[in-house]
Amino acid sequence: MRYAETGYNLEIDLTTGSIERVETDPKMMELHLGGLGTSVKLHWDRVGPEVKAFDPENLLIFSTGLLCGTPAFSANRTLVSFISPQTGLLAYPMMGGFWSSELKYAGYDKVIIRGKSPKLVYIWIHNDKVEIRDASSLKGKGSIETQELIREELKDPAAQVAAIGLAGENRVFVASIEQSRGSSARGGGGAVMGDKGLKAIAVRGTKDVNIAHGAEFMLLVQDMKKFINNRKENPIKEVMPIMSGLGSPQMMQHIDEKWHTESFAWGNARERRKNFWTPEINENWTKSQTKAIKRFISCFNCPQQCGALISHEDVPPYMMKCFSKLTYAMGAYVDDLDFTWKICRRAFEYGLDSFSTPQILAFAVELYEAGILTDKDFEGCPTDKEGRFFWLLDRVAHREGIGDYLADGIYWAARRIGKGAEAFDHNTTKKHEQMNIKLGMFDPLYFLMFATNEKISITQIEGNWPQAPFATREARESFVADWPQLPDEKFKKYFLDWEPRGEFANPYYPTPQIASEIVDWMEMLHNIDDALGLCAGMGSFCFKPAYHIHNYPKFISAATGMDIDEDALKKIANRSRNLHRAFNNRQGMTRADEKPPQDHWKHRFPEYEEQLLTTYYEFKGWNSNGIPTRKRLHELDLDYVADDLEQRGILKDGQD
Amino acid sequence: MAKIKKTIKTIKVDADKCNGCRACEVFCSAYHSEPKYSSINPARSRIHVTTHRLKNIWLPVFAGEYTPAECMGRDKYIIDGKEYDECSFCRAACPSRDMFKDPDSGLPLKCDMCESDPPLSEPMCVQACLNEVLIYQERVEEVEEVAEQSEIQTGLDALVDKHGFQKVIDAIALMANKG
Repeated sequence: MRYAETGYNLEIDLTTGSIERVETDPKMMELHLGGLGTSVKLHWDRVGPEVKAFDPENLLIFSTGLLCGTPAFSANRTLVSFISPQTGLLAYPMMGGFWSSELKYAGYDKVIIRGKSPKLVYIWIHNDKVEIRDASSLKGKGSIETQELIREELKDPAAQVAAIGLAGENRVFVASIEQSRGSSARGGGGAVMGDKGLKAIAVRGTKDVNIAHGAEFMLLVQDMKKFINNRKENPIKEVMPIMSGLGSPQMMQHIDEKWHTESFAWGNARERRKNFWTPEINENWTKSQTKAIKRFISCFNCPQQCGALISHEDVPPYMMKCFSKLTYAMGAYVDDLDFTWKICRRAFEYGLDSFSTPQILAFAVELYEAGILTDKDFEGCPTDKEGRFFWLLDRVAHREGIGDYLADGIYWAARRIGKGAEAFDHNTTKKHEQMNIKLGMFDPLYFLMFATNEKISITQIEGNWPQAPFATREARESFVADWPQLPDEKFKKYFLDWEPRGEFANPYYPTPQIASEIVDWMEMLHNIDDALGLCAGMGSFCFKPAYHIHNYPKFISAATGMDIDEDALKKIANRSRNLHRAFNNRQGMTRADEKPPQDHWKHRFPEYEEQLLTTYYEFKGWNSNGIPTRKRLHELDLDYVADDLEQRGILKDGQD
Repeated sequence: MAKIKKTIKTIKVDADKCNGCRACEVFCSAYHSEPKYSSINPARSRIHVTTHRLKNIWLPVFAGEYTPAECMGRDKYIIDGKEYDECSFCRAACPSRDMFKDPDSGLPLKCDMCESDPPLSEPMCVQACLNEVLIYQERVEEVEEVAEQSEIQTGLDALVDKHGFQKVIDAIALMANKG
């Protein structure tokens, strides 16, 4: 019997219509756990660098995590992986909601899709019965609407549906896949799905997920429940309210957005508005948010309530969470929060990433103001800020006129438009829109995270380590006093020593060595969460989280029956991380690509930055070009990867 | 009949607080798996959260008594402008729907308040609910004594209704011979 995992994948070829239920090798769980780990392995084995995003050979994998469907709180992530049309690298956006647990209960760990359907279809998975069904009546329908229409057609209100909207059908490079209150958004999974002629995957399952040591597992869950309740009573007092609890930043519950609106940049990631949060704004936003939010909601088996059901005037109800509350308003320079409730509904129906899209629209506005885009390009566009954004959003989703350029994201649009538009592409790394940051002093930790991580999206890289040093020694001492989640006591000293100004401040502290240790630790946590299907809000993207390096192995061991300790788990996480890096190296990624946006920080230190990168590469066991060395790959049982990289000339002799 | 003291166990459902996470379903099915906690399957749960997210409906309902025949008519409620599906509030395992039936055998499921020896402090679903939607209460009442049916009897009743008494007897006899 298989434990935690089901032991079966669904392999579907949309070109031929073939559907296979394939038993997986139990060894894969031992080597790569599940979720991101086993998905990366599948991509490495089957998708070579000759395959482009819109080739039929590009695999689109919908994966559960190892703990999805078990009683482990917040194990509800669906991880979608594919070669991104935007970056050309392996993207793996995740979504919460209810889909992955349902897939587990239907008896599958992953749905692996290849090929292209000649006409628009959707897949219906109901336990052993799997069908490819006609979706021609759903063409052009919104991603929220589609979920409801499919449930009605199937006469099964309990079916969970992941769907694309018009943006995905039109292969917009920032198209998302939507499901309940979850978006698998970054990197253009919606576009790959649309390219394959796949409108949605609906799933319903009524089978068992088995736990190896059930009673032991439940004790761990009960312990975690105590921890969660305790945190609810005692939020972390040294940090701002939206970050003081567990879960994603609680932007649906909390109204005070002084920090986000004043610390992050408006428009096309351009300028900070340091006195934005006035008493008047506070009052207006309180009214708007209180009125719009009908209920706080959760993902599957999660004690947090990061999402909300939104209903605003004549806008049909929909669900939202976290930072999308601000991205469109800040991108458009609109101070009225009502705008958010209106535009997000339309953007979610189109199925567009709320991180990249507002920056792309703001980029178009800048080009227009600079005279690079003209009145002809903007013919019919309203002149007010709100109207302009709605108009541009429609153009992008439909790929109409200038929207066809913008739909490829800022990097590609700038190059296609030309006429100096490239200079306005100031906030991408590896062709992907980055966090809207404009800060003064260079930050070594964030430099490394932005530069090197395969995720290319900071919110799913950073996490346990505070974003800035605390002002006083007393506050730091109080923060470290209760920090059992740390992998090693030495991190306490690093944090105590870290000061806002002076010798022990950015940019030279944390030192390159210490910065490498901190970044490596945070990255490892994300990799583990992504393999287990855990929400980062309960682990890697949260201060003092519920899940951490000391209890992950216990959950894994009890669930699977494998005997795993911290060292074994770290080795698996490293193996997956290096395999992922090797995959992207094989796609052509090198040191030259590892550059955060030039203007994230005003004060830059080119030589020191190179030293940081070199130190980090050495720490990770990578050569000076950012490629895992044969020695490192051998330690991680990845000799076959070293062979492949050498054969291709990516890894050369003597570069260790 | 004699009067006896009976403990009435109630789970108060504050549905307005439900955020639809379905932890109650997960923990219920874990508790009732054999051996205990060995498997998870919300379809075997004796509590079900009826969900219509966009209609703002999240309604936890407990499995009640098995019924061999559906009602003469169906009920449909509108509360606070929200229209609930037919039979939304009904707890019965009923021929009209799949809810509260074991997905493999089709046998009815019924909430037993997690009665066990030693007893749990609260039923598992209540323990799992961290948003105080499910609130467990006990009170003692004097009631007339009636014989309670065991879970096996309830299941057999359902089979007898479906296939007739003789067929069930024959099937059990056959199984006993094979065993």
